[in-house]
Amino acid sequence: MTGGGYAVLVSHLGKSYRVGRRGYRANTIAEAVRERLLHPLRRTHYEEFRALDDVSFEVPWGEAVGIVGRNGAGKSTLLKLLTRVTAPTRGRIELGGRMGSLLEVGTGFHPELTGRENIFLSGSLLGMSRKEIRKQFDSIVEFSEVERFLDTPVKRYSSGMYVRLAFAVAAHLETEILAIDEVLAVGDAEFQRKSLAKMRDVAKDGRTVLYVSHQMQTVTTLCTSAIYLERGRIGYHGPVDGALERYRSSFATFAAEQSDPDRRPGTGEVRARAVSLSEESYEPAEDKVVEIELDANTGMIGTYFVSVHVNDDNGVVVIQCDSRNVGINLDPSRPQALTLTVKDLWLKPGRYTVDVFVCSSGILDAWEAAAVFEVLPVSPYPEIAGDDALSSGVVLSDFSYDARPVSKP
Amino acid sequence: MITPPRRFALPRWSELWEAREVAYRFAQRDILLRYRQTAIGIAWVILQPLASAGIFSIVFGQVANLGSDGIPYFVFSYMGMLAWNLFNNVLGRAAPSLVSNQTLVSKVFFPRMLVPLSSAASVLLDFFVGLVLGVILLVLYGINPGWAVVLLPIWIVLTLLLASGLGLVASALQVKYRDIGYMLPWITQILLYASPVAYAVSEVPAKLRPLFDANPLTWMLGLFRWSLLGAAAPPGWQVAGFAAVAVGLFYVGAIFFQSWERTFADVI
Repeated sequence: MTGGGYAVLVSHLGKSYRVGRRGYRANTIAEAVRERLLHPLRRTHYEEFRALDDVSFEVPWGEAVGIVGRNGAGKSTLLKLLTRVTAPTRGRIELGGRMGSLLEVGTGFHPELTGRENIFLSGSLLGMSRKEIRKQFDSIVEFSEVERFLDTPVKRYSSGMYVRLAFAVAAHLETEILAIDEVLAVGDAEFQRKSLAKMRDVAKDGRTVLYVSHQMQTVTTLCTSAIYLERGRIGYHGPVDGALERYRSSFATFAAEQSDPDRRPGTGEVRARAVSLSEESYEPAEDKVVEIELDANTGMIGTYFVSVHVNDDNGVVVIQCDSRNVGINLDPSRPQALTLTVKDLWLKPGRYTVDVFVCSSGILDAWEAAAVFEVLPVSPYPEIAGDDALSSGVVLSDFSYDARPVSKP
Repeated sequence: MITPPRRFALPRWSELWEAREVAYRFAQRDILLRYRQTAIGIAWVILQPLASAGIFSIVFGQVANLGSDGIPYFVFSYMGMLAWNLFNNVLGRAAPSLVSNQTLVSKVFFPRMLVPLSSAASVLLDFFVGLVLGVILLVLYGINPGWAVVLLPIWIVLTLLLASGLGLVASALQVKYRDIGYMLPWITQILLYASPVAYAVSEVPAKLRPLFDANPLTWMLGLFRWSLLGAAAPPGWQVAGFAAVAVGLFYVGAIFFQSWERTFADVI
């Protein structure tokens, strides 16, 4: 047991990676030896990239903690350190019990092995003893609904069956602490619901769950508290609502930063100069219009194209509008002005961000959160039904029912 | 408790023991996979050493006319191949094992050492199948190896330690330098001819003899032939030397592996 009765105690944790030593790195023994012989005195210079820096927090028993943050904030690195997949550079972690990890679906699954063999292999890799697996075997099989195919190699399974079996093994891991990395976003809707319920039970049992995600919705339903990571540091640790608030408000600072082209990723051969929307807010069924102005680069050979993503507040990419799909390739020798009109897309009320990517063979400019718009809370449908008639689904749609009473044969 | 890795650390044997189920499942997987969807399955295990012993008999026994200390050449080279394959295959399977289990190494934690170590299991199974055929050959040729046969398990264990020690080093290096994958088969190929597998060490010219006597694989082959064919016992210093080299190399290999282990997920 750790001091203070915490399940997880992390103090001053840091992880650095060495990146691009002046664009050179030994990949073969010969290169490494030659480098040493040619420059015996040269100290190797690495640029240090701090994926995690001075992270300290503690998690009491029985809590389900969500770890949220933008891409590259260090969520997955933190999880890898906690599960000992990789070693920290600084600091220490104390764990009050056994830590089980679900960093992917189907850990150790081998396509040639049968379902039964894979249950034992994957279970043991996840840290279960043979006795535990035997004890849980029946309920794993029942949960996965593949009992008829237990002695069939999993390479002949449908992808749905495969995922169900893989998740079932993981869900029956009975460690005191469980680390999960977005494995819930798999399988059909029915199975997702079942998985979520299972995960909630885990937390209710007084065990501790660490859940990494950028799906805000699941974090809200699953977690009792949350940690918001920002560029490898802890930006917030407390109730889930607060973390979500931070995540959303980080859009503002993030968007401000991104408007400076020098701080954006991409080669910079062609940069977007300005991105604007025809309006600040739309009704759900209205056409959305994005105006993009692009700089010229006379030195560039060939053409480029533009891809626009529209993301909802939970970070889900709702649509991708790639100019190649409609036969638009742009000439870099002169500045360009583009108008993107999105028709027939019925968005749910809420806040949306627009990402603009300028690409040719690689990414020239990646401008995330280039623009923000609001979809007003009005219903585009002819009848007014309750909120529960609108709550499910990612988007709305222009649908119709055609009802024909059928007389009994 | 998780802290940054120290430079030198001894393997945590208790951790390995706790994860023995993983080793068992790895071994089971390797063995099952090798014979699933093969038409004649386990027969491959016998065919390989038989065919090489046959070729050796023709090339070295008949064409080159090398001696085999008065033992029928075919069974002499068969037993040599058996011991050699045990060493060579344990090393050869261990070396690429981490790289071929890449996804596991970068996704879950378990003592990494289990990957190269458990790859020895299927080789050991092959060895025993080959040994059964070897016993049949002994009966057919009417050879009685004598009391030394009881020492055979010791030589097997020592060979496993020797090959695994080298295998641990090779597998750890291969995570970073894929050159090992090209170098190793070439080195073992040379070793095969530089060691008295297909000929008796007594056939070696006196000038070169010290070189051969310094090769631990010569000692290994001598020990196996002593226990399996009733050949003359190797000198005592070779017995002691082989034990020391095997245990020593395994230990060095384990320490080397351990000090690289925690960077695997970052560089693989």
